[in-house]
Amino acid sequence: MADYAGRLPVATPESQPYWDGLKEHKLMLPTCDDCGPHFYPRPFCPMPECFNWDIKWTQASGKGKVHTFVISHQPIPPYNTEDNAPPYVIAVIELEEGPRMMSNLIIDDPYSTTVDMDVEIVFDDVTDEVTLPKFKPA
Amino acid sequence: MDQIRHKVAIVGAAETDDLGQMPHMSRLALHAQAAKNALDDAGMSLADVDGLLCAGAIPNEVAEYLGIQPRYIDGTSVGGCSFMIHVRHAVAAIMAGYCDVALITHGESGRSGVDAPRGGSASSPGGQYEAPFAIGGAPTTFSIPVLRHFHEYGTTKEHLAHIAAATRAWANLNPMAMMGSHRRAPERGGGPITPQDVLNSRMICYPFNLLDCCVVADGGGALVLVSEERARDFAKDPVYVLGAGEAAAHWMVSQMRDHTTADGYRIAGEAAYKSAGLGPQDIDHCMFYDAFTFTPLMAAEDLGFVPKGEGGPFFAETKTGPDGEVIYKSGPGGDFPMNTNGGGLSYCHTGMYGMFAIVESVRQLRGECGDRQVPDVNVSMAHGPGGMFASAGTIILSNA
Repeated sequence: MADYAGRLPVATPESQPYWDGLKEHKLMLPTCDDCGPHFYPRPFCPMPECFNWDIKWTQASGKGKVHTFVISHQPIPPYNTEDNAPPYVIAVIELEEGPRMMSNLIIDDPYSTTVDMDVEIVFDDVTDEVTLPKFKPA
Repeated sequence: MDQIRHKVAIVGAAETDDLGQMPHMSRLALHAQAAKNALDDAGMSLADVDGLLCAGAIPNEVAEYLGIQPRYIDGTSVGGCSFMIHVRHAVAAIMAGYCDVALITHGESGRSGVDAPRGGSASSPGGQYEAPFAIGGAPTTFSIPVLRHFHEYGTTKEHLAHIAAATRAWANLNPMAMMGSHRRAPERGGGPITPQDVLNSRMICYPFNLLDCCVVADGGGALVLVSEERARDFAKDPVYVLGAGEAAAHWMVSQMRDHTTADGYRIAGEAAYKSAGLGPQDIDHCMFYDAFTFTPLMAAEDLGFVPKGEGGPFFAETKTGPDGEVIYKSGPGGDFPMNTNGGGLSYCHTGMYGMFAIVESVRQLRGECGDRQVPDVNVSMAHGPGGMFASAGTIILSNA
């Protein structure tokens, strides 16, 4: 794991609880009492008529649907080794709670992916410090 | 809104001497050479310039490099449509008296990477929420909305392939186009292509095959704008700005509100139409930024040339020419002339292609396009996205 080749995120103070949650295998979403959860994490509610700075962190179910996707044939790290080669799926996942997020879909045959298919979260511990939220068919 | 109509004109427009592979020129040298060519086109000198607008460089960098001290600057750098937005800002600046002669420059060593800044912060939203998922540049992100559009409206890869074939047909009429017959031999992929060739080309990132993607090039371009009164004194006919619009809709493509509609396109387009007092039926010629085949399809829909969802069948319509040749909807002889320089797909794409779309609009309106000249072009629209449908700029230009 120490030689993980993919690009790694670096948290900001505002997003630290999100990445800390993933490390504990929880998908935590910043949530406004009135408007619900949003993605990606900001310290306020990004609804222009709300803009409320009283945000709580709530745990998402980890269930969702493939909103749209692509199948990359590019050998982009970490998909650049014999064991982990393209093609691979990059997908926008619409979470059960509403927000959408970019991720990878872990699926044997990338070309069996369909728009709106049901998926569930997989926590990929790519390093000792970083866990990425990925998805697999539900 | 209509107070900007016909108040400012483009009097100079040009590319760099060459386009394509230019490892002997840096980013800023490309800015400077394009500036020289546009000023030559206008019959002006650098000393006349008192307003400077550029993208992919800080205005101070370009000003220092050129040796000028402009009294108006704009460094709006939001991707390929930055230059449409610059035109809009230059109109306002000239009308306000902030400057008299606005120079807009683009230079990008997109292929050779000579002083080409790369990558963003791993702490930025993109660095945290998109990059870790093995996203590698535009083919893996500009493609993201496409399958949702296919799903909602039945658009197909065959539909998109017709746009690539039509655009290549224009490139074959443009001596500067990288993939056109003039510059690239058939055995190296140049010259005419069919929709089937597009579908047979190497898969890059489904749903985009190689020929759904733009070329990757070094190059630059520049524009010179002055007031309508001053524009009357130039050797070449002025090209008037009738209307303009801009918008910022999102940044990361995963956060696009609706993956089948570019909000920015709609906002920018509505403002452009309103300020020009025109609608899609009044536009004779379109330059719709084509980083990929899908990009101009979204423009045709969101700018009102075809109802939402009908762009695929619209562009896939063909007819047969007098010699039995296929005439594509948006190609030479078709009834929706679009991307007549050969587009980002087949002419040149540096990274921020929008400048070249504007240069072609100017040339078509001046009647300078030779074999690829579209008859009776009096009103042209140049439109583009910045980022992945993230921002947008639209301008409507006229020769009268």
